[in-house]
Amino acid sequence: MNVPAAWYLVLAALLFGVGAFGLLTRRSALIMFMCIELMLNAVNLTFVTFSRTLGDIGGQAIVFFVMVVAAAEVTVGLGIVVAVFRRRSSTSVDELSELRG
Amino acid sequence: MIAGAYALPSIVVFATSALLVLVGAVGVIAAQNPVHSALSLIMTLFGVAVAFVAQSADFLAAVQIIVYAGAIVVLFLFVIMFLGVDRRDPVRVEPLVGQRAFAAVGVLITVAGLITLMARSHWVSGAISVSSGGTALATGQGNVKQLGTAVFTTYLFAFEATAALLIIAVVGAVLLARRERVVENEGSDA
Repeated sequence: MNVPAAWYLVLAALLFGVGAFGLLTRRSALIMFMCIELMLNAVNLTFVTFSRTLGDIGGQAIVFFVMVVAAAEVTVGLGIVVAVFRRRSSTSVDELSELRG
Repeated sequence: MIAGAYALPSIVVFATSALLVLVGAVGVIAAQNPVHSALSLIMTLFGVAVAFVAQSADFLAAVQIIVYAGAIVVLFLFVIMFLGVDRRDPVRVEPLVGQRAFAAVGVLITVAGLITLMARSHWVSGAISVSSGGTALATGQGNVKQLGTAVFTTYLFAFEATAALLIIAVVGAVLLARRERVVENEGSDA
């Protein structure tokens, strides 16, 4: 018998928590992007686990789309990081206060 | 949960996956060097891929390795190298006093809420409650054909939309990362 789904769900919750903590505390925009990837992977793991539990292929299809969107997000995000770095010579989000209202 | 009730191989697979995922995740947020963070991220992604295989999501595991570890992390590494490898992010200092404590409390509350929700809800107890509209998940040998059928029939419109999204993302990235034509007569073009 396979490991119960709850174990994978708890693992995904822990991964999400670690990613969220990193996103809240780190200053480098690159590290923050990596933390977003961690959180997306946690959600993907949850989707796949529920897909297995409920016997529905829809969960895996959603994970497929999440991966596509994550790839697009990373592409644009890293483009923004490079553009900001050209202008400010830094990737620290603390120094990016120009858009403050 | 009594561990003895489950087969040993699946427990070993789960433990391996959990170890890879959690150690990698902590490595991502704790490493000072961004390159180490990216390599830890690869470790986490491999762990998630192991979890996918253990739950018979073979195609997604392959895509996880190819797209995430093969493309996204390499893109991260490219940008890290482009911006300079020796640019360290000081982890020891805490610019805002109390930020980490607040973040830890918030994250703990979130995770505790999630786990409580899972423990108290009926979905994880093994009750099959698939909706009538869903496609049944084939078990046993790989599910590539089934996933392909679902993506190209049920989710065809979303699939086409992701194609448009990828084109938009590529154009946007090229536009953002392109070096602007500065006036040449300055002479001191960085």
